[in-house]
Amino acid sequence: MATLPASPEDLAARHGPHLAWEPPGGFAARSHIDRRVETHCCFCGQQCGVKLLVRDEQVVGVEPWEEFPFNRGKLCPKGVKRYLQNNHPDRLLHPLVRSGDGFARLPWDEATWQVVERLQRIQDRHGKDSVAVLGGASISNERAYLVGKFARLGLGTRHVDYNGRLCMVAAGTANKKAFGIDRAANPWADIPLADLIFVTGSNVSECSPITTDYIWRARDRGAKLVVVDPRLTPIARTADLFLPVRPGTDLALMNAILHAVVRLGGVDESFVERHTTGFDEVLATVMRYAPEDVERTVGIPAARIWEAARLWVQAPRTMLLHARGIEHHSKGTDTVLSCINLVLATGRIGRPGCGYASITGQGNGQGAREHGQRCNQLPGARDIENPEHRRHIADFWGVAEQEIPHTGATAPQIMEKIHAGEIRGLLSLCFNPLVSLPDANFTREALERLDCFVAIDFFLSETAQHADLVLPGALQEEDEGTVTSTEGRVLRVRQAVAPPGEARRDWEILGAIAERLGRGDKLKFSSSREIFAELREASRGGIADYGGITWERIEAQYGVFWPCPNESHAGTPRLFEGGRFYHPDGRARLHPVEHRPPAEQVSAEYPIWLTTGRVVSQFLSGTQTRRIGPLVELQDRPRVEIHPRLAAQLGIADGARVRVSSRRGTIELDAQVVATIRPDTVFIPYHWPGALAANQLTQRAYDPDSGIPEFKVSAVRLEAIATRGVVGVPAGRAA
Amino acid sequence: MRLAADLGGGVPAERTLFLDPQRCIGCRACMEACSECPGHGGIPMIHLDFVDRSRTVQTAPTVCMHCEDPACAAVCPTEAILTSGDGVVHSAMSERCIGCGHCALACPFGVPKIDESFALMMKCDLCYDRSAAGLAPMCATVCPSGALFYGTRADVEDLRQSRPAARVRFGEVEIRTRIEILVPAGGGGMAVREGEPHLPSAAERALEEVLL
Repeated sequence: MATLPASPEDLAARHGPHLAWEPPGGFAARSHIDRRVETHCCFCGQQCGVKLLVRDEQVVGVEPWEEFPFNRGKLCPKGVKRYLQNNHPDRLLHPLVRSGDGFARLPWDEATWQVVERLQRIQDRHGKDSVAVLGGASISNERAYLVGKFARLGLGTRHVDYNGRLCMVAAGTANKKAFGIDRAANPWADIPLADLIFVTGSNVSECSPITTDYIWRARDRGAKLVVVDPRLTPIARTADLFLPVRPGTDLALMNAILHAVVRLGGVDESFVERHTTGFDEVLATVMRYAPEDVERTVGIPAARIWEAARLWVQAPRTMLLHARGIEHHSKGTDTVLSCINLVLATGRIGRPGCGYASITGQGNGQGAREHGQRCNQLPGARDIENPEHRRHIADFWGVAEQEIPHTGATAPQIMEKIHAGEIRGLLSLCFNPLVSLPDANFTREALERLDCFVAIDFFLSETAQHADLVLPGALQEEDEGTVTSTEGRVLRVRQAVAPPGEARRDWEILGAIAERLGRGDKLKFSSSREIFAELREASRGGIADYGGITWERIEAQYGVFWPCPNESHAGTPRLFEGGRFYHPDGRARLHPVEHRPPAEQVSAEYPIWLTTGRVVSQFLSGTQTRRIGPLVELQDRPRVEIHPRLAAQLGIADGARVRVSSRRGTIELDAQVVATIRPDTVFIPYHWPGALAANQLTQRAYDPDSGIPEFKVSAVRLEAIATRGVVGVPAGRAA
Repeated sequence: MRLAADLGGGVPAERTLFLDPQRCIGCRACMEACSECPGHGGIPMIHLDFVDRSRTVQTAPTVCMHCEDPACAAVCPTEAILTSGDGVVHSAMSERCIGCGHCALACPFGVPKIDESFALMMKCDLCYDRSAAGLAPMCATVCPSGALFYGTRADVEDLRQSRPAARVRFGEVEIRTRIEILVPAGGGGMAVREGEPHLPSAAERALEEVLL
């Protein structure tokens, strides 16, 4: 029974989000600092180095960490103000249990017993798989490892997955199919060495701002920049070529570019011959994608597609970068493969300044997907259905192979099973699906059907408000550990301060629950370092091999790139050197992929494309960043971006109130009339909850290969809302 | 006017701040980092403007340009705004400033602000505590796109294709500043005229030819 225990307004008054503006004691109190802790920003996969300033055992500020080589002191506004999440008035300080009109305090021991008894009661009645575990991709490698092991050995459920399922699983799935490994192929230091940077579906300037500097360093050497996006993002403004693609047609565009590259003689036949398979099938496919034939589909004149192909062929060294823009599709994996086909057919990989990467979004988007928190994976990026991999991990864990459950449901499927009554208990940490999953109204209905919902988090997120039991967790800066950045570089995050009040680290919480489940011997640890030691051994011999990585080496070298099989191995910044890939035959695979329309089409009733994404001042579902005053001040609510031509057709003025409806729901927000988006497409950022949640509009359509939802394409209708007289907006301004 | 007070070695003559607006991504890391300074905690001295958001995502940061002949100082009735020997124009001295706001009106770049709560003028002083100690100002330290760069002309020539604008003209008036504005190579000066229409970039023009 997980309906809200009190009205949303009451819960917001008690648990926030409230806004933190200043360090404890104000700025003046910073004249004296006790210590500076070298660690990383928690607000995206770039994992920029920062120094946290500590005074009187409180985090009071941030200083740039200029020695850290990745970002050299550079930060975005989230990194500068991240420290304000600490000492926050909304922090959860005690275990809570749902009571009559809200939540009441419980002692830890009683809270832990209640978790165990209530989840076990469900499992006794409905079977082990009636309880699911959902994790997050902003947690450390150690915690991610523990979440997977806890679900499988502690609760014995097959249903464990994480919110990285909403992030870049399409890229991971495609990378594994094509290369046999799921990691950025190149270190970021290769970007400035390239002659062409090809950015598709990545709002680099807002979602990974530090990468902007790498791209400009290449341009300073004369490199060209091509950007593909339905919106003219800041990095696209000065691009040599900007391709404003229609949402949902990236695959057709990439096939057409490869078609043109083939006809321009750009195929590297020797590379294809020696290092790949599948080229002939891809060739047969792309020959049906002449730019002239697909220009109406992709919404870009054929001449521009030829121009992109010419730029690609002319540049000796290319870096192709993409992110969620091409991945959040019901054909996400195939779209990523269409990009990889271009890279492989032209042999543009495995060399300095020449390669490919999917840019990670979540804080530990890379590492949190390697250590067994995924429904289909065991530590070391092993395959849960591979008998050899299962035996290896079973032996390592000291359990019978059959005790390790098989593949479970993905995070969105878990929500579907909760909605269907098949899963009745949920333990979730660092995941706010009410904001981040598609079709928010469906997610709310699902949460309300749970028999028992246990949330571990540091703030009472909109999802945690539905919980029966809330266990207060620790922030990144309150625990030791490691994360793996977008480059595949394993980094140390350091404890700056202890968790406040009675809050505990996730591994302490899970260990205490496991002990009462009778699995303390497998799941109770005394420190994060102890978990890392086990994780490292568990990964040894796997694809994501951390065998040679120690915390000391990470600290001494500013990070170690996996794979790193032993302590004398330097790590692997650049993959695929010499054309060696990670499939058993050493060859990369090209895959013929066909364009197919998005799951939903525009129609007379819903005639406009909607695409969703992020803004620079917010991180993911906003659980942390919507509590930081200076970040909220930069943009305090979502607006819908509309091209002036569309706005004029619909009679919508800049700043006017607009109702946006899809087949799932309706949202009302202010219009931002801008010429920087396709006239057939509108954009809404997704970080906000409740009535402002963009995900009320998106659909539960998933990529069959990876399970990623189609956040980037929905069909919507827009209506101007006649309001209390909009003053000061000149008629016809939008035209 | 020269500031006689000993402020240490001052900022080396060859080092300055370069503004490269074409690289600006509007993220406002500069403002947030500036606002962390204990001297003006919570209030940024650097400003960031969307040039015309209805037409473009172009943004531009504004810092004090540290003019050779600063209008703010010339109009200050109490001579509160002083320039140190290294060419840095300082915030008004609090014991002299009467908060009249003449400086804010006189500055062609719109830099000085009057803090209403204290009735004091405040503006960017090139992070004097940092720059006089050999460090880059905080905005240039964090700027993730390199739109704000601190270094020498030789660094710029070495690292970038952009070049300092030869001069900044406001109508008929040419203003010489310690801070440099970078423009694409081959560009001449920066001329600021009222009502200048936004000239779309090639990328912006691409949106005019999409097929619907």
